[in-house]
Amino acid sequence: MYAGPAHIGTLRVASSFKNVHAIMHAPLGDDYFNVMRSMLERERDFTPVTASVVDRHVLARGSQEKVVENINRKDQQEKPDLIILTPTCTSSILQEDLQNFVNRASLNTKSDILLADVNHYRVNELQAADRTLHQIVRFYLKKEKQKVTRTEKPSVNILGVFTLGFHNQHDCRELKRLLNDLGIQVNLILPEGASVQTLKNIPKAWLNIVPYREIGLMLAQYLKNEYQMPYISTSPIGLIDTASFIRQLDQKLGAHLDIDVEKYIQYQTRFLSQAAWFSRSIDCQNLTGKKAIVFGDTTHSVALTRILTREMGIRVICAGTYCIHDADWFREQVEGFCDQILITEDHTQVGNMIARLEPSAIFGTQMERHVGKRLDIPCGVISAPIHIQNFPLGYRPFFGYEGANQIADLVYNSFTLGMEDHLLEIFGGHDVKTAITKSLSTNSEFIWSETSLAELQRIPGFVRNRIKRNTEQYARDKNIKEITLEVLYAAKEALTT
Amino acid sequence: MNKNLKFECETGNYHTFCPISCVAWLYQKIEDSFFLVIGTKTCGYFLQNALGVMIFAEPRYAMAELEEGDISAQLNDYKELKRLCLKIQQDRNPSVIIWIGTCTTEIIKMDLEGMAPRLEAELNVPIVVARANGLDYAFTQGEDTVLSALVNRCPKSKNKKTLAEKNLVLFGSISQTVATQLDLELKKQGIEIHGWLPDQRYTDLPELNEHTYVCGVNPFLSRTATTLMRRRKCKLIGAPFPIGPDGTRHWIQKICETYSVSCKGLLEREESIWAQLQDYCQIIKGRSIFFMGDNLLEISLARFLIRCGMIVYEIGIPYMDKRFQSAELDLLAKTCLEMNVPIPRIVEKPDNYNQIQRIRELQPDLVITGMGLANPLESRGIHTKWSVEFTFAQIHGFTNARDILELITRPLRRNQHLQKLESIKNFVYESPA
Repeated sequence: MYAGPAHIGTLRVASSFKNVHAIMHAPLGDDYFNVMRSMLERERDFTPVTASVVDRHVLARGSQEKVVENINRKDQQEKPDLIILTPTCTSSILQEDLQNFVNRASLNTKSDILLADVNHYRVNELQAADRTLHQIVRFYLKKEKQKVTRTEKPSVNILGVFTLGFHNQHDCRELKRLLNDLGIQVNLILPEGASVQTLKNIPKAWLNIVPYREIGLMLAQYLKNEYQMPYISTSPIGLIDTASFIRQLDQKLGAHLDIDVEKYIQYQTRFLSQAAWFSRSIDCQNLTGKKAIVFGDTTHSVALTRILTREMGIRVICAGTYCIHDADWFREQVEGFCDQILITEDHTQVGNMIARLEPSAIFGTQMERHVGKRLDIPCGVISAPIHIQNFPLGYRPFFGYEGANQIADLVYNSFTLGMEDHLLEIFGGHDVKTAITKSLSTNSEFIWSETSLAELQRIPGFVRNRIKRNTEQYARDKNIKEITLEVLYAAKEALTT
Repeated sequence: MNKNLKFECETGNYHTFCPISCVAWLYQKIEDSFFLVIGTKTCGYFLQNALGVMIFAEPRYAMAELEEGDISAQLNDYKELKRLCLKIQQDRNPSVIIWIGTCTTEIIKMDLEGMAPRLEAELNVPIVVARANGLDYAFTQGEDTVLSALVNRCPKSKNKKTLAEKNLVLFGSISQTVATQLDLELKKQGIEIHGWLPDQRYTDLPELNEHTYVCGVNPFLSRTATTLMRRRKCKLIGAPFPIGPDGTRHWIQKICETYSVSCKGLLEREESIWAQLQDYCQIIKGRSIFFMGDNLLEISLARFLIRCGMIVYEIGIPYMDKRFQSAELDLLAKTCLEMNVPIPRIVEKPDNYNQIQRIRELQPDLVITGMGLANPLESRGIHTKWSVEFTFAQIHGFTNARDILELITRPLRRNQHLQKLESIKNFVYESPA
């Protein structure tokens, strides 16, 4: 499963805000979110999420008193600004009137209380996060309907940076640096680290930035309609898209900026970022004609597909996403940059695609990394779902010019290094372990003769499985049962002609 | 029941794993089984994240993910399950399919127990139903629900001859190595184990009848014990659990008493194990410990650690079956008396928020807690050990007592070492407010 259940999205947004507490209406054990946040983010503080436990008694009598009591208790214990009651799959089917509990509880609390407007069976983690962010902001803007004046100097809000996001903290830092270079102030960053008290200041900014496609767009559209705030939703990933991001900023704020953006882009691309030069350097000639598969959320999958084809000259034989709710946009973005498009939430389907196409490298999620391990294909992780090693301590943005450097490293290191590749071919590989059975196909209908087996061993490890499969395919077509040296060579010839 | 023990009960707002996590170790234990968890995306997300890489090792478990159509009864449950089980049968050919009912099947009242026999007859593969849901149970109790469901599948008697024999059957899922170790310990006393519930294979389920003696190896198996006694009229040997050398000795002793066998060299064996543990006991002697409670092993572990010289402030526990654990509780009280330490408070259905307040006050040397609370506590200068490790580590019998202390002392040893480093001492921990 790629995207988690809806409540995870709500909890991610809620726990990203400062002094906001989420109460899940859930059975015992559903608070696994706390474990993930504490372990993956190595969070030092207690995750501000508790459960109002649904048990047998609740099934019999309803959870009315319990939920109200839990909200009141949390209000007194933690004194949060806002408590978000979060429904789960269990509460979705219980169909209790949670909104009524919220209304009742709010009579006695200092904190504001909201019921997260998400349906477990209709939306996933990412959609729920998008909705919850929108819901919270709308609530606070409606609460204080006052006239807000724009800041004196051009400023922006960054929408959609939050907990458990893929490299979000690093991206945010890089984005702030970029904006600082351009002389643009950052008004608010949402939701990470923001206090709900400051939400009334959102309209002070001139412009909203939605760096990630998955979360923040709904809010940006709302702010555009209600407060006439324009927004930019280009992700500044890769040199070309970063430049286009900067140009859009210039278009919208240009009259007020003291900087020549074209000069800035030139300077950054040519001297600060190494990525453009790197892909033209002699070392990267080995990447010519290499094939890759890209899979992930829409933002990262689109960005990587475009970087690989436009900036590094690598052929993307398949680009895909698990965000099926945003499939049309995805298709539109990668059209012309890849051979085929895969839209699915089923990781076995992705695995089969990889096994069939046999790329030289995969850029995907942790799921694809595991597929890569089994098929002996290197994988660079570019998108959630992710493990703890994708929460690096060091500075690893994907955004902006430093991000371009990081991505270039990631891509280059994922392919077998050029000279190593070459030497392996000449000297027949350095691993001599018997690895011919290490393939996904379990058929053993063929008998390999001793000499052909020995020859197979001489083929470098990273292509051995492919040669073996191709030979067997050839033998199957020709109805040959025993694979001799002759068959092996014949298969090779048949493939090259 | 010992009068010195005091039990409290709090609000039940605590962190623990969902009981469906039991499939993680049970599918490995029962090698010819297949576990089908019938639940929602939430259940799947939990399993995927909690079990990490195991998902990709083609494990013998799967999710039947309920969608809106299933919930609103637009789809036919029976047909859906039949389709899935047929596929499982074709792909894996297991000896048994175990359906794990979840909160959702409970709330929509999906009649799993009713459907299973029909499907079983149609597909000709046993289908066992266990309701391991978060509405009723915590973490390890999941195993309890599965084992008690398996009791009904145990043969009454394989042949007429053995019918009246006083067979000994042990219940509780432990690794094969540990099972062999316990088997050898009992053999030394001339007692033979006639079967395990569960064994390596479903097809090897032990024979049970009114003459059979049963004894548990884990403290969370109260439902299984009840089922064995009520449904199969087995005789339960109530003993402390074989965790720590003291527990193991008492456990063997109790079994020997039942079979009127006088123990040979058992005290000496216990003594020699304690002698081996001396180095670790030195580290923890006089140190204090706090169990937040999430896996029901707490009473046995606390009892062992008190014997090692620790002071236990609080034993949090999700659920306390005073009858099933009575021998263990008696041993706990006795150990406290002998070691001359106060009897810890036993808190059933604890409240994590209140517990954290108490931890702040008491400042214990070590807190046994879940993964969601460990890092925040560490950042406040409180040393912690993840409680789940005790569930997955080998902790039973004489041989593995050292492993428990290895786990318990690890944070203490590590922090002792780290705190000598200038960088840690001054920069990591919050200054005490």
